[in-house]
Amino acid sequence: MVAPMWATVKHPAFAGRALFVVQPLDERGGDAGGSFVAVDHAQAGIGDRVLVLTEGNGVRQILKAGDTVPIRSIIVGVVDHVEPA
Amino acid sequence: MYLGIVKGTVVAARKADGLEGVKLLLVQPVDEHGAAVGDVQAAVDTVQAGDGDLVYLVGSREAALACNPWFVPVDAAIVGIVDGIGLPTKAGP
Repeated sequence: MVAPMWATVKHPAFAGRALFVVQPLDERGGDAGGSFVAVDHAQAGIGDRVLVLTEGNGVRQILKAGDTVPIRSIIVGVVDHVEPA
Repeated sequence: MYLGIVKGTVVAARKADGLEGVKLLLVQPVDEHGAAVGDVQAAVDTVQAGDGDLVYLVGSREAALACNPWFVPVDAAIVGIVDGIGLPTKAGP
């Protein structure tokens, strides 16, 4: 689940990138661990359940913005539905 | 990446190569409500943050990538100053 975050002063690698605070959830919607900050790459909106990649090399492959992008977490999808077994 | 509040400055005259002139700050990691999470840490500042600022940081290898030069022994870097967070209201629709 995500909440938008605003930052005017930031490292140049974050210029023009939307930021969200992400709260990890379990499959039933309960909190699962501490929140963190992620860059948006899926047009997420407030309260959306999302898929997040938290690995720097994967981020650099997705953004194609060079080998020195200091970003570790990126939202890569918006979840429509989860069906726990 | 994670949130933190700047709690002071670290002064170190003798540092590893590549860290000359780098500003180190003390940061208390916090959650989106400002509550402390974990222990205070030293982080490199890339955005001229000041005491009391709510900032966001990047950790691990990406922290070094935020520095110039980037091949430096750094594992936490402040990469932005937070203006605000749009928390969802507890009472849903």
